[in-house]
Amino acid sequence: MDFFALVCLKYQLLQSLKKEKRVQVSPPLTRGPSAFIPENEVMQANGLDERTNLLVEEYSTSGRLDNITQVMSIHTQYLESFLRSQFYMLRMDGPLPLPYRHYIAIMAAARHQCSYLINMHVDEFLKTGGIAEWLNGLEYIPQRLKNLNEINKLLAHRPWLITKEHIQKLVKTGENNWSLPELVHAVVLLAHYHALASFVFGSGINPERDPDTSNGVRLIAVNNFCVCDLANDNNIENASLTSSNFGNVMVFLQIADSLSELEALMERMKRLQEDKEDEEASQEEMATRFEKEKKESLLVISGAFDDDIVSTDVSRYIEDPGFGYKDFARRGEDHLPTFRAQDYTWENHGFSLVNRLYSDIGHLLDEKFRMVYNLTYNTMATHEDVDTTMLRRALFNYVHCMYGIRYDDYDYGEVNQLLERSLKVYIKTVTCYPERTTKRMYDSYWRQFKHSEKVHVNLLLMEARMQAELLYALRAITRHLT
Amino acid sequence: MEKMARVTTALGGNTLSGRTMFCHLDAPANAISVCRDAAQVVVAGRNIFKIYSIEEEQFVEKLNLRVGRKPSLNFSCADVVWHQMDENLLATAATNGVVVTWNLGKPSRNKQDQLFTEHKRTVNKVCFHPTEVYMLLSGSQDGYMKCFDLRKKDSVSTFSGQSESVRDVQFSIRDYFTFAATFENGNVQLWDIRRPDRYERMFTAHNGPVFCCDWHLEDRGWLATGGRDKMVKVWDMNTTRAKEIYCVQTIASVARVKWRPECKHHIATCSMMVDHNIYVWDVRRPFIPSAMFEEHKDVTTGIVWRHLHDPYFLLSGSKDSTLYQHIFKDASQPIDRANPEGLCYSLYGDLAFAAKESLISSDSNRKPYIGDRRHPIFFKRKLDPTEQFEYISSSSALSVFETDVESGSMDWFVHTAKQYALAGRPLAELCDHNAKVAKGLDRNQVAQTWTMLRIIYSSLGTVSSANLNHSMGKGSAALPLMNSFNLKDIPSGLGSESRLDRSKGESRTENILMDSSSTLINNEDNEETEGSDVPADYLLGDVEADEDDLYMMDHENPHAEEQEYSLPQEAFPLRHEIVDNPSALDHLQDKADSPHVSGNEAETVSLTPVESFSLISISHSLYENRLPSDFFSPIVRDTLLFYAEQGDVQTAVSVLIVLGERIRKEIDEQTQEHWYTSYIDLLQRFQLWNISNEVIKLSTCRAINCLNQASTTLHVNCSNCKRPMSNRGWICDRCRQCASMCAVCHHVVKGLFVWCQGCSHGGHLQHIMKWLETSSHCPAGCGHLCEYT
Repeated sequence: MDFFALVCLKYQLLQSLKKEKRVQVSPPLTRGPSAFIPENEVMQANGLDERTNLLVEEYSTSGRLDNITQVMSIHTQYLESFLRSQFYMLRMDGPLPLPYRHYIAIMAAARHQCSYLINMHVDEFLKTGGIAEWLNGLEYIPQRLKNLNEINKLLAHRPWLITKEHIQKLVKTGENNWSLPELVHAVVLLAHYHALASFVFGSGINPERDPDTSNGVRLIAVNNFCVCDLANDNNIENASLTSSNFGNVMVFLQIADSLSELEALMERMKRLQEDKEDEEASQEEMATRFEKEKKESLLVISGAFDDDIVSTDVSRYIEDPGFGYKDFARRGEDHLPTFRAQDYTWENHGFSLVNRLYSDIGHLLDEKFRMVYNLTYNTMATHEDVDTTMLRRALFNYVHCMYGIRYDDYDYGEVNQLLERSLKVYIKTVTCYPERTTKRMYDSYWRQFKHSEKVHVNLLLMEARMQAELLYALRAITRHLT
Repeated sequence: MEKMARVTTALGGNTLSGRTMFCHLDAPANAISVCRDAAQVVVAGRNIFKIYSIEEEQFVEKLNLRVGRKPSLNFSCADVVWHQMDENLLATAATNGVVVTWNLGKPSRNKQDQLFTEHKRTVNKVCFHPTEVYMLLSGSQDGYMKCFDLRKKDSVSTFSGQSESVRDVQFSIRDYFTFAATFENGNVQLWDIRRPDRYERMFTAHNGPVFCCDWHLEDRGWLATGGRDKMVKVWDMNTTRAKEIYCVQTIASVARVKWRPECKHHIATCSMMVDHNIYVWDVRRPFIPSAMFEEHKDVTTGIVWRHLHDPYFLLSGSKDSTLYQHIFKDASQPIDRANPEGLCYSLYGDLAFAAKESLISSDSNRKPYIGDRRHPIFFKRKLDPTEQFEYISSSSALSVFETDVESGSMDWFVHTAKQYALAGRPLAELCDHNAKVAKGLDRNQVAQTWTMLRIIYSSLGTVSSANLNHSMGKGSAALPLMNSFNLKDIPSGLGSESRLDRSKGESRTENILMDSSSTLINNEDNEETEGSDVPADYLLGDVEADEDDLYMMDHENPHAEEQEYSLPQEAFPLRHEIVDNPSALDHLQDKADSPHVSGNEAETVSLTPVESFSLISISHSLYENRLPSDFFSPIVRDTLLFYAEQGDVQTAVSVLIVLGERIRKEIDEQTQEHWYTSYIDLLQRFQLWNISNEVIKLSTCRAINCLNQASTTLHVNCSNCKRPMSNRGWICDRCRQCASMCAVCHHVVKGLFVWCQGCSHGGHLQHIMKWLETSSHCPAGCGHLCEYT
């Protein structure tokens, strides 16, 4: 490291010190699209020109620019495929009528108490001619929609429990049956909105600034949203810190270490890349590593959280609100088999099925998954020309690991090496209980990294989660078909 | 399967014999491969790795290669291949990225020979060199292909496909050094084994992953590929550019392709998802598989021809944990079950109908139609003498039915659609207007319907009886006139008969359209039932209305005594009947555009002016009785149903729109939707876009209403660089120019843009309008004299 670089680093360190301090002292940032990311961070990004083009286009098609779009626009390439697939599933020709789609989105978002998405789609629901009465809650909707509840619940929290019987029950001929294309459309929507809820909470998306209340429908108060979380996140986080064996994490929490933390991560990545051939773990070892990672995800607890505070505004869209994520590894007596990724992959199987039943969505989703997985600027915090493939793969596979999906060709030891404890806490919270995400968690991992990189992490988590849910649901549908 | 064929083939000394048989495996198979001598097969999967010998009657398990206390992931096979030179040598690709070779000659229980752990991701495919004993090739998810020399511990060379996953690798059979690799992004690459730095050739074969490829066994420049896009393509690689010579569209993504030995054009395929069958295609006839094996209950994962020179035995493994030997004789041949018939309308309404010759000739005793320009065109497929396998000799006949221009005319439809008023005025006015329109087109019956609707639904005070009488009188006057035409025409014998026949022919073609599989003879019956439709409908109507006082009233009506349909003497059925009968007439008239045709079944219906009078009297009496208009709903509903049934969906929909809420609840949502879609479809065929849109807008059906909200994008090209403008309508990404400037205010036009078709200048609608009020020259100053109309 030459002198100049050293100076740079020092400056960086000072900056980060300042930032950390400011963040911790100052009241929560509530202006701008995100509560976690300063407004100017969102606004400035690379490829500004391309980006404005895209945003203008989005504005001209949908008539507004919501906060999600603004935050995602940090990654323009991704945003494009995201918007395209979302537009397709919400507005283009498809098996389900338009108001249904928005109502399903509401149902999905309600599982995570994501009032941001609920409000947005309540609006859309009414605009597309939905029956206002439905918004009074699940008792007011047709039985057919109500039947989706079960699959919504499972998909959101424990997708591995979905079996072909669930599918059979829905498509069984009768008065309220679903056709397969309709069901696939619904499943895609559900998975999309579960995952999007993860993104909303993970990036601390602020409520839209001027919520349109003119249509007479009361918008859901954002009481259990991040704003209040930020206010009282200290005790939550502290609870989580003390409740688990966080000893070594405390080290990372010290700001001064954050630089060496980055260096260490780079070092580990380099070592992993080089040592690949030398240190070859035995097969048994690999299997146990997966199990270990799975088990360890148990220990990653994201804070004591009172499950009961679900506002009635949200709870009217859900049933069995107590049903939440339960660790895949801690399933107890009923020994559910691990989902072998190679036996049912998105590329081979999922795509073919989904595209067959709901044409063209496969291509859009495929592009989106591919995009997020391959997206890279070859940078890591201050470093350039870094191959981040390993890191991206680790993030993606770790999410799948928590859902019990195992890749034969992946060494789960890498996850342990690359993802530090605080990051694991964050990942687990965002994917499994997104509503509990706090700014503290967001801030506490990868201190050196840019916000844009953290948004990228969120995108990865979101897409990995969506793919995991889709894989389980589509596998059940395939089994139903055979 | 009841009859299992036993097949024996002689193959230069070796004889293969056997029958269709299967055995249960313990676990789903991922791949299978056969030994050179066709006596043994290896099955590999996540939890299975076994060798079976193929006996006469059954498969016998010979060897289980999954040994060891703790089965490791190295046994979890994605692919397996048996060397075609050395019968002791096997290679597997493991899901964890390891390539393993197995030596069956080893004395120990564990036959594992070598382990190559060079790939970072799952290995999708392994392949031995066809003539070289020690050369093994692998293709992996990590995007690399590696070539191994089995005498060395490491790979000899690595080929990078540039980041995309490799799905299949296959050594060429002709060129010693060449191999083909297929990729997840749809590309196929050709490599020279000696040059690992760069591929020799690359082309995009499919949209989406290419799952498999196979070199042709004899015609060695041919490569078949199968992809997720459900296509099997055959490429001729002899030319400098790979040329697609055949393409077969299957119904599901293609997982494996295998050329059939000894058959130049045959190829076997199985799919990755949804479809469990194995198909053998003749690539020259891509629309129907020449053979099909339907034994598996889950997706087939591996197919292999048992012997390199035997086309009759196919082995397959599947996710349903079975291993099958299929015998060609037991294959089902979809062609036997297919109905080789085709039907098509030409631009001018001519109809071509092609069918098997036998089918046509059996019908030869029927009378030829006039206007049937039947070409006795026969196609006979020439049998290819080189082809060993016989085809079902196919010959077909093509008939062309010509419609003369007059009878096909749908002018009345267009006029009616254009002139009808559907909304925006009081009901009575709408009805009056529409009645006038209908009458103007000589559709008296429809006109009467409109008039009656007005009487029924509009408030009583506004009905002027004079007007009513007038219209009725006119309508009834027209009817007998037509009848007299008929009477005159019918005795003229042959001519009218042939005409009658002709119209029959027409309705026949309609029937074929609806159900192409129905035979010609059936259609004769259909027509008869069609003729009897009217009384049936009528009977239905009379069950519903039995109000006592009406009954009484009816007795006073002397004309109801007519017993032709054994009707009970009721006013309403009678009235109903009148509505019906002329419509039958009217309908047919529209169809053939000549009154003579009413010499058809419609003739039987009595149409006398007396009855029309009875109608008037009834309306009058109703009028006095002041019945609620709801009372008529069932009748109106029947009327609409009748019209729709007759094919006049226009009237049905128009009435539906005009009456709106008054009748909507009477007819079930689905029927309404069906009518709307048919009518809209018709309107669009006649390019009556505005009217169709109006109908969509006015419809009360939810499903119809949202029709004009779908596909509302309009794509434009930039006026400068002529490229499509993808992002926004007013600025071009490529040439960075505002594409549409207003010639008046020189600002960008973002909304409505109007331009002169002469000089192509234009601008804001308002601005141009204003400009051209005062000036006749183009605002851009080009000197063109623009016109704004």
